[in-house]
Amino acid sequence: MASVGVSRSLPRSRRDPEERGSRRDKFSVLLPTYNERENLPLIVWLLVKSFTESGFNYEIIIIDDGSPDGTREVAEQLENIFGSDKILLRPREKKLGLGTAYIHGMKHATGNYIIIMDADLSHHPKFIPEFIRKQKEGNFDIVSGTRYKGNGGVYGWDLKRKIISRGANFITQVLLRPGASDLTGSFRLYRKEVLQKLIEKCVSKGYVFQMEMIVRARQLNYTIGEVPISFVDRVYGESKLGGNEIVSFLKGLLTLFATT
Amino acid sequence: MTKLAQWLWGLALLGSTWAALTMGPTLGLELPLTCREVLWPLPAYLLVTVGCFALGTVGYRVATFHDCEDAALELQTQIQEARADLVRKGLLF
Repeated sequence: MASVGVSRSLPRSRRDPEERGSRRDKFSVLLPTYNERENLPLIVWLLVKSFTESGFNYEIIIIDDGSPDGTREVAEQLENIFGSDKILLRPREKKLGLGTAYIHGMKHATGNYIIIMDADLSHHPKFIPEFIRKQKEGNFDIVSGTRYKGNGGVYGWDLKRKIISRGANFITQVLLRPGASDLTGSFRLYRKEVLQKLIEKCVSKGYVFQMEMIVRARQLNYTIGEVPISFVDRVYGESKLGGNEIVSFLKGLLTLFATT
Repeated sequence: MTKLAQWLWGLALLGSTWAALTMGPTLGLELPLTCREVLWPLPAYLLVTVGCFALGTVGYRVATFHDCEDAALELQTQIQEARADLVRKGLLF
């Protein structure tokens, strides 16, 4: 009887169980940084704006790897401005791998979903509500941003870069048939326990790390949803794609091809 | 089974079928001459076709790779907005 009274006084939550469910969800954004003092305040501002507008519960975990440019001081200022319940600083002494940054960040994450993205403004937080909607829609374990589908795309790439990117993606699709269109992207949403499991399994670094996460996810029968994203190449600072990156990408690809 | 093993199996299957058919006469299998003439260079044709398909696909995808001009523009405006707001909130850049 009491429950009837409660649901009558809260007609909205009874009518909209999905929305009520998403109210309980919390999204932890992991931002690994290294020399991002220019970009960090901007990305945090955009994240706060996006989450405030969409109304989802969130926290931003900044994992700075001892940047010499003062990223950490800027992060501390941001913590004061936006509050230490929203901005969590979990710095490390020196530059360590991306995978360990995620592990480190996750130890302190209180959300049941983890969002990973780059802090250099190439990934726009406006897509996060779409990721969340997508996740709910198909109850996916992972939602991956994709530059290669629908309205997805890139900005600031010349022809050579586009050919390398499309070529590498084609070869990867043919060899690995991974069930996701953007393997090297790093704008994704994971269920926390899924990301934990995947990081345990992954051994590679750099571009290949993101690729391996998806390949392992397929092996473990996790489901993957995709959201088209626009990738705006670094506004501040240099983005690198040299011969070394390509060679290590190919090595990683062949390793995954032979071992998974 | 790894992806590599899957590929090797597939190739072995195709290869042995082709070999059996081209070696047909020695195994007592009689195929018409025209068939054999087509069969003999088939792997080369297949390779060329796959190559063309790959180049065509990649070329098409490069040509239709969406340039997000508006996303870049939007970001620039928002950066100005963010800077102004952050300075107002007391951030020292």
